[in-house]
Amino acid sequence: MLNKISAFFYRRPRLTLTLFLAPPLIWFLVVYIGSLITLLVNSFFYLDGFTGQVVRQFTMQTYAKLLQPTNLQIFQRTTIMAILVTLACVILAFPLSYYMARFASPRMKTWLYLAVTLPLWTSYVVRVYSWKLILAQEGIISWAARLVHLDGLLNWYLKNEIVGGPSLSVSPTGIFLVFVYIWLPYMIVPIQTALERVPKSLLEAAGDLGATPAQTFRTVLLPLTFPGVIAGSIFTFSLTLGDFIVPQLFGTSSFYIGKAVLTYQGTSNNIPLAAAFTMGPIVIMIVYLLIARKLGAFDAL
Amino acid sequence: MSETAILFKNVSRHFGDVKAVDNIQLEIMDGEFFSMLGPSGSGKTTCLRMIAGFERPTAGQIFLYGQDVSDLPPYARPVNTVFQDYALFPHMSIEDNIAYGLMIKGVAKTERLKKAAEMLDLVQLPNVGKRKPSQLSGGQRQRIALARALINRPKALLLDEPLGALDLKLRQQMQVELKNIQREVGITFVFVTHDQEEALTMSDRIAVFSAGKIEQIGSPADVYEHPATAFVAGFVGTSNLVTAEVAQRITGTPRRFSIRPEKIHLGKIDQPAPADSFTADGVVRDVVYLGLYTRYLVELDSGGDLVVVEQNLKTTSMDVTKIKHQKTRLAWKKEHVSYIGDGNA
Repeated sequence: MLNKISAFFYRRPRLTLTLFLAPPLIWFLVVYIGSLITLLVNSFFYLDGFTGQVVRQFTMQTYAKLLQPTNLQIFQRTTIMAILVTLACVILAFPLSYYMARFASPRMKTWLYLAVTLPLWTSYVVRVYSWKLILAQEGIISWAARLVHLDGLLNWYLKNEIVGGPSLSVSPTGIFLVFVYIWLPYMIVPIQTALERVPKSLLEAAGDLGATPAQTFRTVLLPLTFPGVIAGSIFTFSLTLGDFIVPQLFGTSSFYIGKAVLTYQGTSNNIPLAAAFTMGPIVIMIVYLLIARKLGAFDAL
Repeated sequence: MSETAILFKNVSRHFGDVKAVDNIQLEIMDGEFFSMLGPSGSGKTTCLRMIAGFERPTAGQIFLYGQDVSDLPPYARPVNTVFQDYALFPHMSIEDNIAYGLMIKGVAKTERLKKAAEMLDLVQLPNVGKRKPSQLSGGQRQRIALARALINRPKALLLDEPLGALDLKLRQQMQVELKNIQREVGITFVFVTHDQEEALTMSDRIAVFSAGKIEQIGSPADVYEHPATAFVAGFVGTSNLVTAEVAQRITGTPRRFSIRPEKIHLGKIDQPAPADSFTADGVVRDVVYLGLYTRYLVELDSGGDLVVVEQNLKTTSMDVTKIKHQKTRLAWKKEHVSYIGDGNA
């Protein structure tokens, strides 16, 4: 009986393929693309300010609202944050990944891999809250700063309007630190994978031909691992663009995209504006990927 | 008297408890084609990597043209390497690969691409400059690796089993070409290989490595005809090693010796022994016809076996198989015998 079934599929490879692909394709088309289209459609409706109802009628007025200066500031603020978080993640991830790929023993590598991904096993919210304690006015950092008599410096830093706030736990710097912490694993794993694929002999060849370690990094290692850096940055960049919990917990009164979407959709039921807002990160990501392609990130694919 | 190119003074390299290279002395002369021959794990590649600077000696010093380079990083050494896997940069075109060394030195683009084109001519691959390494065959990549290593005009070129990945025909062709290129550029070549035939074909001198030590250094003829140790006799070509006990019965003295199979004459049992030769009687146990020549395994009456190889100048496969199980008298000239020290194995 079983033999007959397998023979049946063996003779019909196309049918077999169709059966295998159907579930993921349906999922992808209906759930992924479908919801994106719904978003797009909704962003062309508008909210009647008097009745509080969504009017299902094509209009550009929601987008007109989106492009008001205050909202553009939200986009700008979020994008700058995403760029800074991504850069910090690359700078932190590269040395560690390099150590893991080149020098760590297989045993050590397993442990490091575990250590890097371990935080992902626990709840995101719990981890974010723990940072609240670290950064709080009476938290570890303030305490340590007082201990070494640098609290003056910390207070001076927090007084700065752009990066500071009442305390580290309520400041753009706080948001930045927590973002870097929670997205770092998403940067380490792809960079480490890319580094593993660069044969040691290529680095030796560069040195042999006269390149100093810095020149080897610039001319050989970085170009070859750039796709990995871009892959990681897609995670850190897009996750930062969309996140609403961290700005909610650590933010001052200034909005970030995620928080704005939450407020419009949840609090004011302005689904069209929320939908229009989510188009923002999508456009930003498309621009980001186009720049990455221009820089040659996908040449090796 | 030519200059010393590379000098090893009491050089050791240990990896934990493993003595990869164990107190080696070595002198390579300027302009020489020098081969390091040995099985894998014998320390030959580690020696090469220490010359290049990829490994640092645990003890001892390495000199390049009189300069102690033991503590210099690879990029500060006047040598270049051809890697076993070629190590071409996959993201660069062929001409950029070749011009890499010049780019690092800051040579202008037009100038270095002109030089790269010259190198492509030297390795007989014009017109591939714009391609990527992945678009070339193994043999072509090998030549590009050679061109890239030579463009910096190194004082010595280090080659780490560069022909290992090529098929036999291509390998033999490259052996000749490498030798020609060496003559043309006139620099020292240090060539690592585990292929004894390759070493014999190309080298001016050979160092035979075993277990982190050098067993013998000499010209190909020297190493082949007068192996200093049992290991060399066994590793370079095939050789019969005769134990002291059997040697006593054949030569009259209890000294171990080795004799090459092709030096032994397989004769009739009743033929008289020539004056300047040793003889031994035995029975042909096995005959393997190999076209160009035939290999015989002869069991000696005095104990032990000898392998004998004779060319099929007049004999056919029919003739040689008839010899099986027959009694024979082996003879070889005394001068072809290499006496070997009291080492084991």
